[in-house]
Amino acid sequence: MGTETEYGIIAPALPSANPTLLSSQVVNAYAATLREGLGNLAGTRWDYTDETPLTDARGFRMDRASAHPSQLTDEPAELSAEQIALERGEPTEAAILMNLVLNNGARLYVDHAHPEYSSPEVTNPLDAVLWDRAGDHVAVTAMQRIGAMPGFSPVILYKNNTDNKSVSYGSHENYLVPRSVPFSKLAEALIPFFVSRQVICGAGRVGLGPLNQESGFQISQRADFFENEIGLETTVRRPIINTRDEPHAVAEKYRRLHVIIGDANLNEVSNYLKVGTTALVLSLIEQGLGPVPVLEDPVGALHAISHDPSLQVTVRLTDGRSVSGLDLQEMYCGAVLAALPADADEQTRDVVDRWQSLLTTLRRDPLDAARQVDWVAKLKVLEAYRARDGLAWTDPRLALIDLQYADLRPEKGIYQRLARRNDVDLLVPPAEVARAAVHPPRDTRAYFRGRCIAEFPAEVVGASWDSLIFELAGERRLQRVQTREPLRGTAGLTEELFEVAADAEDFLARLLSGPDRRMAP
Amino acid sequence: MATQDRRNTSGSATEAEEELPDPAPAAPAAQESAQTQGVDDLLDEIDGVLESNAEEFVRGFVQKGGQ
Repeated sequence: MGTETEYGIIAPALPSANPTLLSSQVVNAYAATLREGLGNLAGTRWDYTDETPLTDARGFRMDRASAHPSQLTDEPAELSAEQIALERGEPTEAAILMNLVLNNGARLYVDHAHPEYSSPEVTNPLDAVLWDRAGDHVAVTAMQRIGAMPGFSPVILYKNNTDNKSVSYGSHENYLVPRSVPFSKLAEALIPFFVSRQVICGAGRVGLGPLNQESGFQISQRADFFENEIGLETTVRRPIINTRDEPHAVAEKYRRLHVIIGDANLNEVSNYLKVGTTALVLSLIEQGLGPVPVLEDPVGALHAISHDPSLQVTVRLTDGRSVSGLDLQEMYCGAVLAALPADADEQTRDVVDRWQSLLTTLRRDPLDAARQVDWVAKLKVLEAYRARDGLAWTDPRLALIDLQYADLRPEKGIYQRLARRNDVDLLVPPAEVARAAVHPPRDTRAYFRGRCIAEFPAEVVGASWDSLIFELAGERRLQRVQTREPLRGTAGLTEELFEVAADAEDFLARLLSGPDRRMAP
Repeated sequence: MATQDRRNTSGSATEAEEELPDPAPAAPAAQESAQTQGVDDLLDEIDGVLESNAEEFVRGFVQKGGQ
């Protein structure tokens, strides 16, 4: 599994700054930090060869001409010389990086108008939290560096999902699922889960409607921007179930479930349960054990549940029952519990225990879950302000608190203040987060990718999730090493090879044809 | 239950308080005022870091495109 975060970005002193350029500043500032010794910087461009953003899991392919330009994620983002010159006030020949592959196996790049961090592949929810937080650490490092550079206006990065004016940007999750599970089965069983999942991991939002037409508070940042049940798009007509079939792995064996409906979480427990419960429900569906309540109107239910922080609202199932978001979550939690094998590992049990306990707390009184859930923590602060100063939901200070909750600056972010006051539960120590920003997970192919970049920065000239491209001195041809099996290329299989190889040439020779071939990812 | 134990040890102030022996009669009021104090402290702290011109700042937070 893995997460992707598009950060909101502004430069308060430059209100009309080009967002692509600001985003590229983030990437380049982090590159400069790497050059100073925080990690190695390979000349890695992204290898787009295996990207297929228009392949649909339902068995067809969208016509390129009819796709929205933002769907063409297999084309690198570019800044024209004019744009750069315009911003800087002078023409420049300096190369601007739009993409980095980091030592920890992650990708940091410019995704149109936002800087985006895609975490390395991990095998469990706690690691997902750790390497997602590592992305925030990278973002803060870049932001602080820009702030310290003479001639640059400070930028602020936000881990949120909407500007509350009409625009929403995503925080996506990816899960590896066996290809043998029919997509229609996945979609059916996941829709009611995703519609209700927000009660345990919504990030909270001041304002209702995609254009912020109505005042009030709702559970999810993203809910109002979804209009469809199933579809390929991620920027227009957003669907609850995204069908992009771009496995980044052995396509015959796996599909990658690309989840676009989640909110970006700052609270570590929210994040842990978001990916942990989703992975458990996926495994339930794989075993054919998932409950499949069928909602009469999934998109309507998604909005209705989000708009009711009291968690009392009910939505209709096609069998005539009316259920709340908590009822739906309890159905899934109960099914997971019933199917839990006696030898389930400790972390799996921990996810289920916390899930169960959180649902009980939310049923007793939603406000009791402020330590574990972003939307509750945010709502509590907002309600305290409303009580103290008698503020209506339309008061701009409440909108500011909503925004500043997600401000990543340690001194300014409201979530950060709550964490420092010990008002939220933490799962990963800051020192581990800093370490995860420069070290890959050891039990997936991210290890191979991260270490190759760390060890052979001069020779690795391109990378992607499922490939690394080497350019050896004295050889005219590039060597592309495929890493299509996400669970190979681990430390267990390749660490020794990194230790014994004298240089990149020796490494590749051993990997591709020598006695160490068994280690090949 | 295991979760409960873990949550208590992870430092949840309110839950830890629930496990204390019954306090003296005057305590509930004291607890309540301590809680109010906590909220006041929090709001003071946030007041201290909030951007100064809320309306202008929020208006200036404009994003383009996104997935």
